[in-house]
Amino acid sequence: MAAIRTKPDHQSYTFPGFGSDRFPNLMLRGAGDLHNWHLKTYQERWEGYEGMRKALKMEPSAVIAEVKASDIRGRGGAGFRAGLKWSFMPKDTPEKKFTRYLVCNGDEGEPGTFKDRAILEYNPHQLIEGMIIGGWAMQCRTGFIYLRGEFAWLIDKLEAAIQEARDAGYLGKDILGTGWDFDILTYRGAGAYICGEETALLNSLEGRRGEPRVKPPFPASVGAFGQPTTVNNVETLAAVAPILRMGGNEYAKLGTPGNTGTRIYGVSGHVKRPGLYELPLGLPLEFLMNDLAGGSSTGAKIKGVIPGGSSAPIFTEKDFDCPLDFDTVRARGSMAGSGGLIVMDERTCMVQACLRLVKFYAHESCGQCTPCREGCNWMEMILHRMEHGQGRPGDLDLLASLPPRINMRTLCPLGDAACGPVESMIAKFRDEFEYHLTHKTCVPGTRSILPAAHAGAH
Amino acid sequence: MNHPLPPETSPVPLAPGERLPKAKREKLSPESIAKIKEIAAKFPDRLAGTLPALYIAQREFGFLSLGAMKEVAAALDVPEGHVFGVATFYTMFRKSPVGRYHFEVCTNLSCALNGAAELLQKVVEKTGARVGEGPTADGMWSVEEVECLASCGSGPCIQVNHGVFDEFVDEAKLEAIIDACRRGETAAWGE
Repeated sequence: MAAIRTKPDHQSYTFPGFGSDRFPNLMLRGAGDLHNWHLKTYQERWEGYEGMRKALKMEPSAVIAEVKASDIRGRGGAGFRAGLKWSFMPKDTPEKKFTRYLVCNGDEGEPGTFKDRAILEYNPHQLIEGMIIGGWAMQCRTGFIYLRGEFAWLIDKLEAAIQEARDAGYLGKDILGTGWDFDILTYRGAGAYICGEETALLNSLEGRRGEPRVKPPFPASVGAFGQPTTVNNVETLAAVAPILRMGGNEYAKLGTPGNTGTRIYGVSGHVKRPGLYELPLGLPLEFLMNDLAGGSSTGAKIKGVIPGGSSAPIFTEKDFDCPLDFDTVRARGSMAGSGGLIVMDERTCMVQACLRLVKFYAHESCGQCTPCREGCNWMEMILHRMEHGQGRPGDLDLLASLPPRINMRTLCPLGDAACGPVESMIAKFRDEFEYHLTHKTCVPGTRSILPAAHAGAH
Repeated sequence: MNHPLPPETSPVPLAPGERLPKAKREKLSPESIAKIKEIAAKFPDRLAGTLPALYIAQREFGFLSLGAMKEVAAALDVPEGHVFGVATFYTMFRKSPVGRYHFEVCTNLSCALNGAAELLQKVVEKTGARVGEGPTADGMWSVEEVECLASCGSGPCIQVNHGVFDEFVDEAKLEAIIDACRRGETAAWGE
């Protein structure tokens, strides 16, 4: 079925100065080299499993303290502090012993985001090492790596890497003489974006429909298979290995206070050098977009950038100087999310871009909560009408009235995510929407991005 | 080339043109049932075997008919309704046949900005399959529009039969992919 990829990769991963003290290379080690994934390479070239050796000599609570000291924030989107999350896990008492699980969220499905894939493909051992450290810190019995179904092509490689770790004695029974047993199982989803939400992921991992659960209880008390569970993003877990190797305080010196460390930014859309760039948090968006990714690929001016995966509200030129960290991006009215930048040039019609994103959310809504299920479809229908010249007077107000009725009224953040692009695009490009209503067509000079099949397909 | 029709396993040879009664057509092979039980035993709850089991059944039958779902339910000893619910929730479980070569083209925003619309159009023209409408008459091709394949920085992106994965697809590359399929160098659906 799925084959290990043999073709070279054309994406950018490196830039001048990458790997120096200013731009340390902690996550994308060896990215682009298809043979980098072996245990031997990881240990010889990239100080592999040193963090794990260090961690296994420490008390589990000391490992959590180390991760807390690093102040690393979850890279999946919400930016929740990983050390804090780990400390929520219940500890064994003489009366009650828990079976705890660690789940790695590899359901990378947010449009514009493609960072986890690089770690899984080029550096799987760093993730495995991070999971062993996390498993030890929380004294978990099993780790699960939940991969999205479309990653079938790299699951074989990941399995092979896990087997290498097992053969080396890093997984299995009595790891390195600690008397602690831990193993990692992979699980393949089947094409549902909603399974990136942690409780939906747990349902899917249990073999159920991927519908988010009512919280509380939070996964730390009732998670996978009814047991205490921690769910972390691939990138977060992979960052744990360097944290232990360097020491939490050393890691915390990278980035800015409160937004520590490095993260992988994915740049896609109208740029000359799309790809993944690992940078310390807090560098300006302009620097990433223009200096590293090469600026506009079409020659036209950049009109808007979505700074953190498709759910993030769009930024226009006045915000291009925004430092890319969790707090500043939020203060400017967007979110750093999963770190995927989608760059759009001046010839992109915002109504089309908005329709394409909303179509995604309408398709991926699990259907459990009415505001999201109906609201996203309504937004799609209205945008579809506008785009195809059938817009009615009042449609724009109707569209603008929907996000406040979806936002924060659903079990999970998928509904909120759909509102981000709609609200911000209407606020910042209202004239384009109005032009669509009055002239029944896109603003002149724009280039269609929608397949012709869309017309009349609904 | 009638792939993918559910294989007919019969203890007696079938006469030309003869088909088994519908209920007897979809029987999981003993190897698949053993595999399903083995996977389910790895997890704390056998229900967790549902998704892997559905993948195994899909590989064997080409798609998940109602009969295939019932077989999965029987192999796992879980309610049939549960398996139906799961199979219909996820888009990668096919509920209807696809072509021998099933093309999935990402048309989400990042790929769209780099010409996914034109690519989809070309795939449709070259294969003759209609988007989302099942296989062509000869059973060779089917095309579907999908959401993000996590290849945003290297779009437009195409996936063939969930396995082979191609990035920065332009017309020449698409032609090469289709030729490889025609020559049988790419694994067919379910192989």
